[in-house]
Amino acid sequence: MAVSKDKIRNFCIIAHIDHGKSTLADRLLEKTKSVALRDMTAQLLDKMDLERERGITIKAHAVKLNYLAEDGEEYVLNLIDTPGHVDFNYEVSRSLAACEGAVLIIDASQGVEAQTLANTYLALDHDLELVPVINKIDLPSADPDRVAAEVEDVIGLDCSEAPRVSAKTGVNIEQVLERIVKDVPAPEANDDLPLRALIFDSVYDSYKGVIVYVRVKEGKIKPGDTMRMMATGAEFTVVETGYMRATIPEPCKELTAGEVGYITASIKTVGDARVGDTVTTVENPASEPLPGYRKVNPMVYCGVYPADGADYENLRDALEKLQLNDAALTYEPETSGALGFGFRCGFLGLLHLEIIQERLEREYDLDLVTTIPSVVYKINLTDGSTVEIDNPTHYPDPATIASCEEPFTDAHIYAPSEYVGAIMDLCQDRRGVFKNMDYITPDRVDIHYELPLNEIIYDFFDSLKSRTRGYASFDYEISDYRRSNLVKLDVLLNGDIVDALSFIIHSEKAYSKARKIAERLKEHIPRQMFEIPIQIGIGGKIIARETVKAMRKDVLAKCYGGDITRKKKLLEKQKEGKKRMRHFGTVEVPQEAFMAVLKLDDND
Amino acid sequence: MNPIGLYIHIPFCNGKCPYCDFYSVTPKSETVENYINAVCKRIDESGRIYNTVYFGGGTPSLIGSDNIAKIMSHISRTPDCEATLECNPSDTGAVNSEFDFSVAAKSGINRISMGLQSADDCERKSLGRRGGCDDVERAIARANAAGIDNISLDLMLGIPNQTEESLKKSIEFCKNSGAKHVSAYILKIEETTPFHKIKDTLCLPDEDATCDLYLFAVKELEKAGFYQYEISNFSQKDFESRHNLKYWRCEEYLGIGASAHSFVDGKRFYYERSIDGFINGNPSVDDGFGGDEEEYIMLALRLSEGLIFENFKRRFSKDISEDLMQKAKELEKHRLARVTNKNISLTVDGFLVSNSVIARLLIES
Repeated sequence: MAVSKDKIRNFCIIAHIDHGKSTLADRLLEKTKSVALRDMTAQLLDKMDLERERGITIKAHAVKLNYLAEDGEEYVLNLIDTPGHVDFNYEVSRSLAACEGAVLIIDASQGVEAQTLANTYLALDHDLELVPVINKIDLPSADPDRVAAEVEDVIGLDCSEAPRVSAKTGVNIEQVLERIVKDVPAPEANDDLPLRALIFDSVYDSYKGVIVYVRVKEGKIKPGDTMRMMATGAEFTVVETGYMRATIPEPCKELTAGEVGYITASIKTVGDARVGDTVTTVENPASEPLPGYRKVNPMVYCGVYPADGADYENLRDALEKLQLNDAALTYEPETSGALGFGFRCGFLGLLHLEIIQERLEREYDLDLVTTIPSVVYKINLTDGSTVEIDNPTHYPDPATIASCEEPFTDAHIYAPSEYVGAIMDLCQDRRGVFKNMDYITPDRVDIHYELPLNEIIYDFFDSLKSRTRGYASFDYEISDYRRSNLVKLDVLLNGDIVDALSFIIHSEKAYSKARKIAERLKEHIPRQMFEIPIQIGIGGKIIARETVKAMRKDVLAKCYGGDITRKKKLLEKQKEGKKRMRHFGTVEVPQEAFMAVLKLDDND
Repeated sequence: MNPIGLYIHIPFCNGKCPYCDFYSVTPKSETVENYINAVCKRIDESGRIYNTVYFGGGTPSLIGSDNIAKIMSHISRTPDCEATLECNPSDTGAVNSEFDFSVAAKSGINRISMGLQSADDCERKSLGRRGGCDDVERAIARANAAGIDNISLDLMLGIPNQTEESLKKSIEFCKNSGAKHVSAYILKIEETTPFHKIKDTLCLPDEDATCDLYLFAVKELEKAGFYQYEISNFSQKDFESRHNLKYWRCEEYLGIGASAHSFVDGKRFYYERSIDGFINGNPSVDDGFGGDEEEYIMLALRLSEGLIFENFKRRFSKDISEDLMQKAKELEKHRLARVTNKNISLTVDGFLVSNSVIARLLIES
């Protein structure tokens, strides 16, 4: 049933992590009777187990709600749940671009945090109407008045009418719905223009092919139309259009301007429905795509290898499928002498990397080995040219290098003021350049640092959390490339470079890191038939060395009455054991040794 | 039909050594009698001629020289048949022993294998061995008197409190006793044995010391005239155990008795570890085909002569794979193997890590 366009409200919910975004979404579903209470599982929109477990939304989701407002009118509310992490800024920005308004949740005890601000600025960039909501008022430590003042002060957002709610207990949820109806503008929509629909998400379904989630900005689309993706040029015949309901999709005759819905068109090829692309029709094509599409550039790279080489094809399939829902993920085949065949994968950040890795392992049942993450370095060569390196293996001969540059970030850390010392120590240790420090409130600070990206991609956030007992929040943006004194560390086992363990590091840190790696490898490489020298070198110069002594004997059992079977079983066991090892020339390294080096962090 | 080897398992012991996980039980006279009858029956049924016979256990000597002779009388043998009897010195060498070596000798037994383990009585005691060195001496003297001078002694390496000096003493004992053959095994603490429970209290030499003891034994045994021909076996020239060589050379043998293993007509099979089952005539258990290339290589490399290319080619009508040659050459660099134009063999250091070496050679890369 067509609804008058002025009764449509398209909005998203933005918040700092853990401020209650998904819980509020659940309550909105409940209050609008979009889902029967008995079907309610906590955080309904977070469909992936991983999302529920980690308490973060990884993918955007959308749902259409019908709401009978106090004014007696029935409204259609399209809720678009956005990913909640700095790594997914682009996905967030596409979700925001599909909306006219945003509910900004602030935790009533924690107040404004790093991502509160980052998301607010992102929403303002998209001219969204902001609806502040103060959540978790049921907490004993809640102080909504203080937080309201903080929001007004820091963000400049009027909070006098901000609903004060508890998404957990359901208190004052109606107020949120009323504010959405009153404050978020109806979409400006013209059905008569050529179709322009923004893809803000796409999901692969094994029966229907790719389900493309769109916000129709102008025009309309119905089954039978030929749709065209304006960036990729791919064309498909529309099979079905519909609305997303909380539990099942609801097919409809057509999607018109201002609406949020889905399209299926037997799209099978990955990458044909990229988030941010514009859908138009071949019959009546738009001349210009919607603004803002870009192919996102990964910031962090690492090698991803199947632990069992036989899984290479499965890994490729899995990456292909994940990429369908994740335009930011890139991968290309790479070969490592140590790890065999695998892929060099690009990620938006470390969380993104971890999530992909975990999904590959869980959803696709793959056992993986990942190499040390690397950022993209610019290496200026003596011949005047510049190369970009995201893989230490491709690091040029040091003799040909004139200078190196590494990406820097503009980073903000928000924390209670008592942790300023600890945070500054950490940033200093990570080669940070202090910019300034603002007191948001008398006891909360915003510490502004410039930090090299390669110092934060790995375990910075973990260290920050542990030094501030979890109270600090952190947000960063890539700012620029800067000259830096970088070196490449190589790990040599028995004289051969193990390519998968090479990495690029600032020269100041090379020595201590080299020593730690050597020690760690020695601990984890079992004695073998012969002595194994472990060396860590820069170019040809060895800066750390350890030795794994040779194993001198293995079991020599008496052969019992011609019982060859026993011996054969032993041999099979040994062969199995050897297969699980990674071979470097004649050296066998167990997977754990790899992981131990890759997981080496500050606390070691 | 070609003559093959015959292994007869006598699973009876007067008490169990705390490190041993071989199959044996304390004998009851009726059981022993039934068991021997069952053994004889199976030998008769086999219809084969044997060129080696080996009584292993357990303690074969425990059933007495008459019973040994009885079993021997059922075995069709070639004229040059090597017939070995494992003896426990504490019953065959005891002052009042009833075991009659001359009866055994007359029945065709021409080789005796005995567990000395150590010539140091303290070390013997710590292994739970009954009797002393004098029992061993007496047993050998009786065997010699009966005309059996092909004697093999077992030594054990890496046992509690063992030192190079004490090991040297044991090797000297072997030499002076006139033994022709020595088996020297490194003690392995099996999980199912009493030793396993108390292993931390045993003062066992550590891995390095044990390896040094092995290398020392190889050297000292050679000085004493016992040449290494297998990882754990040493002998004077032409006194290698012909029966045991069959195992390593992938030749055929029939095993009779509870838990005895066979390799006949290309097939491996064995009897279950059950005396009653064996007496009741339970059939043997199929263990698949044997003697394939991999098995052949695995076993050949345990011998000092190693993997002889000519023999391999004769048996399998092809050459050793290039892959294996490459890997062997790699191991040669680390002094774990030797490669000549005739064979691949392991060095003494290679023997110590033979499980790993052989596994590496046999994994296809």
